[in-house]
Parts: sequence; structure tokens; C-alpha cells
Amino acid sequence: MKRFLALLFCNLFFTLGCAQENTPAIEIPTSVNYSYETIVGDIDIPWGMAFIDNNELLVTESSGILYHVLNGKKTSIEGLPEIYVRGQGGLLDVALHPDFTNNKIIYLTLAATLGGEQGGNTSLYKAKLVDQHLEEVALLYKATPNTKKGQHFGSRIAFDDQGHVYFSVGDRGNRDENPQDITRDGGKIYRLNLDGSIPDDNPFVSNPEAKHAVFSYGHRNPQGMTVHPKTGAIWVNEHGPQGGDEINEIRKGKNFGWPVITYGINYSGTPITDKTSDPTMEQPFYYWVPSIAPSGMAFSTSGIYKDWQDNLFVGSLKFQYLERLVIQEDKVVKREKVLDKIGRVRNVKEGPDGFLYVAVEGKGILKIIPQG
Amino acid sequence: MKILSLSYFILLGALSFYLFQEKTKAQSIKAGAEIYQDFCVQCHLANGEGVSGVFPPLRASDYLLNNIDLSIAGIKFGLKGKIVVNDEEYDGVMINQGLDEEEIADVMNYILNHWDNSSEAFITKERVEQIQKSILQ
Repeated sequence: MKRFLALLFCNLFFTLGCAQENTPAIEIPTSVNYSYETIVGDIDIPWGMAFIDNNELLVTESSGILYHVLNGKKTSIEGLPEIYVRGQGGLLDVALHPDFTNNKIIYLTLAATLGGEQGGNTSLYKAKLVDQHLEEVALLYKATPNTKKGQHFGSRIAFDDQGHVYFSVGDRGNRDENPQDITRDGGKIYRLNLDGSIPDDNPFVSNPEAKHAVFSYGHRNPQGMTVHPKTGAIWVNEHGPQGGDEINEIRKGKNFGWPVITYGINYSGTPITDKTSDPTMEQPFYYWVPSIAPSGMAFSTSGIYKDWQDNLFVGSLKFQYLERLVIQEDKVVKREKVLDKIGRVRNVKEGPDGFLYVAVEGKGILKIIPQG
Repeated sequence: MKILSLSYFILLGALSFYLFQEKTKAQSIKAGAEIYQDFCVQCHLANGEGVSGVFPPLRASDYLLNNIDLSIAGIKFGLKGKIVVNDEEYDGVMINQGLDEEEIADVMNYILNHWDNSSEAFITKERVEQIQKSILQ
């Protein structure tokens, strides 16, 4: 009996510890028809990037530097707000206003302290880029409360074509209180007008207790965000716990389930919940088991790369490659490693020239070049 | 009078001991466990084994156990470039996590004395304060 029980427990732990790998399995191509070149080097954690032109871009380094890169030469931009550097927090994403060409406005997400309480939380700023410094720096949103926790600041920035800016804030290491509560910050995707005001048709504006900037909730730590080139929908990827990283198509007012439903388990191997679905909550578009630690997200639209058109690309911090996902009829049908063992991939973008640019920790920004 | 002044000094001594007492090693390890869960576990994992070739192990790590000051410096200032841990080469980036000196001492005591690791050393915040960035070069 004792032996039977021991066996049963072993079995249980094994099952919990090694959740079933989700399909399709990742493929490693036997031959590759691309190479890469380094556009700008020597950046420890190239967190965000935004292209001004083919040879000109902005890159954030999480320790608190905003680089202006022109033809591979980088210079630091002055005039940044004060940044709280702790754990996963620091200077995070950068994005250009949809009308940047005329107004020179950029958006930044960063961890900030602001105010008396110790610790920090994610904030969204807007500023005007004038030569090599920022002017008219304005705080548009600051998540509260501050906490000294090191985890889950988010954060990515994206725009729709109707005058909105979206950004993410992770659960800040407080999954029991933040993600499911729309009166609290954290574990949310937010939507603001480009000037920082709250859109009249945001989903929770009629609830006086709610955070009115919230657009969707029940997220853990979203660090990839892009706009679907055909539908215009906001696509997000987020870090799950061990197993259970997700891709979600964000919809207004919806609950994406964390931590009530998840395909993942605690880092210690213990379960978080026995539920992977709930009728009131959204299922992910795709989930990764095992976790790849996704960061950054971009569709390839240009047709520059043979067979890659309309594929989705996601960085893997954990396994150190760029993942190519082929989507057919709203399903991921193929996954493949690109730039295998390149280093921790923090971000991926399609440049204005249609090439894919990949940000790799300890390296910098790489450009993928098709061959043959 | 003699008794009064004696008891005064005893009281003063007890009070200052109470107010300025340092953490015991056990208390530091306990505080370090929390820091570890918050800042380290994502990469070095709950079992301290890391990911071969990507995130170096802390459990039974020759680098950690034989280079305590270098390990403190790595946490304090961040670490990048090639290191060899248990005969395997690692070439990644660990960013400065923004921990204060006491937190670094606590997490060092934890990783030096958790899993199967054990160390005679008791890392204090004073020792962390003294570590200079230059030892990493």
C-alpha cells in the first residue's frame, strides 16, 4: 500500500511537472536561406525599438538609456524622466506617434517611482524628440501602487488606426489581487487617446470604481504587442508561469483569465489552478508548453522572405531563438526556429524597408537578410 | 547610586543591542529566499540548476562557491561576457537587479546555503559594500 501511494505521488508529480507539450512541435530547419548583419552593437538589454526611417531608429536599453541610431552609430538622447531600475523594471518600450513625421512625438513605457511610496510601477510617457533630447515630457499614465517587487512590469506600446494608444502592465508579482480586479492596476492592457485622455467608449468608464484606462484584464506579463496587418486587431503575447505562455487577440472588456485559468504551473512545480478554461474567460489564440519566454512580436508583411509572408515572429528569451509561427485559418500550424542559439531575443520588428530586425541581449539589433 | 548607574548602563547596553543588532545568518537566509523568488527564480529556477548553456547553475556551482566576491559583484553591478561554470561556458547578460546591499547579502546567504550548497561564510552588507566593480575586470 505504502509503495502504491508513493508510486501514485511520483506519478502525480511527474504529470504536474511535465505538462503535455503543446502542438505543433518546434522545428529546426536543416538548411537556412538567410543570414544576418548587426545594425547596431553593444547594447546589453535592447528592450524597445522604433524605426524613424530605413537607417534611423530609437532603441531603449533597460538600464535607462534611450539611443538614437543613425546608420549604425548610436548617441544617447537626453531629458528622460527618472527611471526606477529594479528587477525586470527599467526603461521599457519606445514607439513613434502615428504622425511622428510632422509632430516628432514619441511614447515611452518605463518603471517609475513618482510620489512617496517606496518601489515603483509602470508608467506611460509622451515627449517630443528635438535633436538629441526630449522636450514637453508628459506623464500620461502611472500604474499604482508602487511596490518593490521585481517582476512583471510589462510593457509594450501599440497603436490602432482610430487614434488610440495601447500599452500593457504586468501583474507586478501580485497575481492574487491585481489581474482580476478592474479597480486595481496591473495585469491589464490599457487604451488611451493619443493625448493621454480616456476614450469615452472604453469598456469600464461607466463603473466609477474601475480604472477607466483598462481595455482588457486577466493578463500576467505581456511583453509583445503588435497590430494584425489585415484585421487591425491588437495582438499580444505574455509570459505565463512555468508553461502557459500565451498569444491573445485583445478584445474590448474581455477577461483573459490569469490566474483563474492557465496552462502553466508554479516555478516550484506546484499547480496554480486546476482550470484551463472558464465560460466567462477568453481562451488564448495559442499557448506554449513548455514556455519559451516570449518577448516582442511582429508580422512579416513585406514578401521579402520566401515563404514567410503573413507569418508571426516572436522572440524567445529562454531558448534563445526567434520563433516563426505559420497561421492558417486562425490556427498555428507550424513553428520553426529562426536564428537558433543567437542569444536571448528581446524584441522583433518589421522595419519600414520590410526587413525583420531582431533585438538580442548582449548583442544589439540584427537585420535578417534573405539569400538565394 | 552605584546600583542605579550600573543598571543604567546595563539597560543602555541592552537597548543598543536591541536597536542595532545584526541579522543572524538564519534570518538573512530566510529574507534571501524571498528575494530569490522575486528576482532570480525565472532564470536560475527553483532547483537552482539554471538552464545548461544559457543560465548558469547556482546549485553545486564551482563559480559561486569558489568566487564569493565575484558572485557578489555580479549581482551588485551586473555580469556579462564569458564565464565558465562547472566546465561549461556561459556568455550571457545578467543585469543589475537594483537590489540594495542588505538584499544582496541576504540572497547570497540563501544561495550559498540552499539546495545542497553550504558555506561557512556569512555575507554581511558591510562585505557587499566593500566589493568594487573593478574586480570584475
